[in-house]
Amino acid sequence: MKILVLISNVPDTTTKIRFKSDNTAFDDAGVQWIINPWDELALTRAVELKETGGVSLITVANVGNASTEPTLRKALAVGADDAIRIDVEARDAFEVATQLASVAKDYDLIMAGIEASDYNGSAVGGMLAELLDIASVSSVSGINIENGQLLFNREIDGGSQVLSVTTPVVAIVQKGIAKEPRIPAMRGIMMARKKELKVTAPVSAEDRTSFVRFELPPKKAACKMVAEDNAKELVRLLHEEAKVL
Amino acid sequence: MATAQYHHPDYFCVDELLTEEHKLIRNSVREWVNRRVKPIIDEACQKHEFPGHLMKELGEIGAFGSYIPEKYGGAGLDQISYGLIMQELERGDSALRSAASVQSSLVMYPIYQFGTEEQRVKYLPALAKGELVGAFGLTEPDHGSDPGSMKTRFEDKGDHFLLNGAKMWITNAAIADVCVVWAKDEHKVVRGLIVEKGMPGFSAPETLNKWSLRASITGELVFDNVKVPKENILPNVHGLKGPLMCLNSARYGIAWGVIGAACDCYDTALRYALERKQFDKPIAGFQLTQKKLAEMITEITKAQLLAWRLGTLRNEDRATPGQISMTKRNNVEIALKIARDSRQILGAMGITGDFPMMRHMMNLESVITYEGTHDIHLLITGMDITGINAFL
Repeated sequence: MKILVLISNVPDTTTKIRFKSDNTAFDDAGVQWIINPWDELALTRAVELKETGGVSLITVANVGNASTEPTLRKALAVGADDAIRIDVEARDAFEVATQLASVAKDYDLIMAGIEASDYNGSAVGGMLAELLDIASVSSVSGINIENGQLLFNREIDGGSQVLSVTTPVVAIVQKGIAKEPRIPAMRGIMMARKKELKVTAPVSAEDRTSFVRFELPPKKAACKMVAEDNAKELVRLLHEEAKVL
Repeated sequence: MATAQYHHPDYFCVDELLTEEHKLIRNSVREWVNRRVKPIIDEACQKHEFPGHLMKELGEIGAFGSYIPEKYGGAGLDQISYGLIMQELERGDSALRSAASVQSSLVMYPIYQFGTEEQRVKYLPALAKGELVGAFGLTEPDHGSDPGSMKTRFEDKGDHFLLNGAKMWITNAAIADVCVVWAKDEHKVVRGLIVEKGMPGFSAPETLNKWSLRASITGELVFDNVKVPKENILPNVHGLKGPLMCLNSARYGIAWGVIGAACDCYDTALRYALERKQFDKPIAGFQLTQKKLAEMITEITKAQLLAWRLGTLRNEDRATPGQISMTKRNNVEIALKIARDSRQILGAMGITGDFPMMRHMMNLESVITYEGTHDIHLLITGMDITGINAFL
């Protein structure tokens, strides 16, 4: 079985968010980039499946410019066999899915994180399955191979569900797919040097959405302290300033 | 807890001197320390217990013998990578870094550098995985800074060597499977022998009641007519040069390691000073606190640049023992001062196990003493610049 894991390159989750170009673009100056946490869990599960047998190849793919290569190199260090970078800065989820569709045809199982921690689009996995005209299963929290048969677990209201699926298939995975993201070992990091990171030219794709503007959440107001014997003042503040009473 | 939010100080953009691979190595070990060491290390220290289960995990992530070739189970990485691994481990605790230093620089390195092909194949892969634990025996009860006067000796008995003597202050002694022991032959030449656990006459009592490196096992190696097979001698080195080359590698690792301890203290103190309010403002706003913090980041920056430069020289095989001594000495000294000053910023909170300062401070009292004392390193540098030996 060949697995393709989709890798999104996202700002570290502790990044202080700022915008530029009249609030229409993310300001990436000084930002540390990481593998999208859901994709990292997907990759970890793919590596575990390969270790237990039944998986012949794990490829990771990303749509982005050369600055995303350290993220792919980390994915190789964690245990992917090769990597593909489609050399374009995509503008929306449809473009990402269109680009990925051009390299995703030869895989039995495609794993996509349920969302990316930057724009929370939650769209690429489903779009990719449509573009490839194959099945997709969402909210997958477990993947196993038993006697060559692919089994997915899904959490549903009040219990869980086990699905038997045919390949090729897109699994849109969520938390629980792996216990914790695997940390690359020193040998893995060294071996990643020799693994292929293929850069391919983008296919032509249209962007169907664009950013109008970003807004930061309003700043939290300073905390006002009210003396414990002054309930009247508290009520006045809640009524006149907070306007919740 | 404060350390979960660790922000690595990099005031002079030293990260730009590192490759992407170096950063991946550092971040990987950092993440491992956050997950596996930070949550348990205070309790291990309080209880004076070595978290032995971490030895195999250190092997799995590749913290042992990172610069030993892949063929022997290492990762074949460069010296900067080794330094970064040590830095991140010591941010966790000096005990972890000590275990990795000993395994890598004092056991795997001499077996790789001075051993036979059979010895390399027999020991190195298992040491790299953490399946075997190593120890290094040089210091003796009566011979610390003057190892050349060591009493431990061995005689050639035809089909084996007969080893007698005792070593002291040995990291991992009581749990070691393999010890690289330095002893004098009949011609008073220092040689290296591989002594294995279970050899009749060999015992390794533990040194208890330490106030430092409490999460590390320290002990003695006692040899009472131990028959060591002849194939266990390291054939390719004669004299003190052997152990001193090992110490150069270990001292280099310490020069990086203590930066990790210093950064952990500085980062904790900076965050605390910004949050803690007295007289209606954060204590970071007071001049005396700023003086401490500014001096800390200055010294950390200098230590980072010294360590990085020493690493590049080692990669080119150009680093001198004098340079290694200078870096080890400087970096341990500033780390210890930073541990003390940062503890003061935290006031009474700083003495509790909720924060890492006291633990690092006590650990660093060992680090400033082992692998060449603070004073001895001055004499090494002094001899290097004057050409005059002040040891004798």
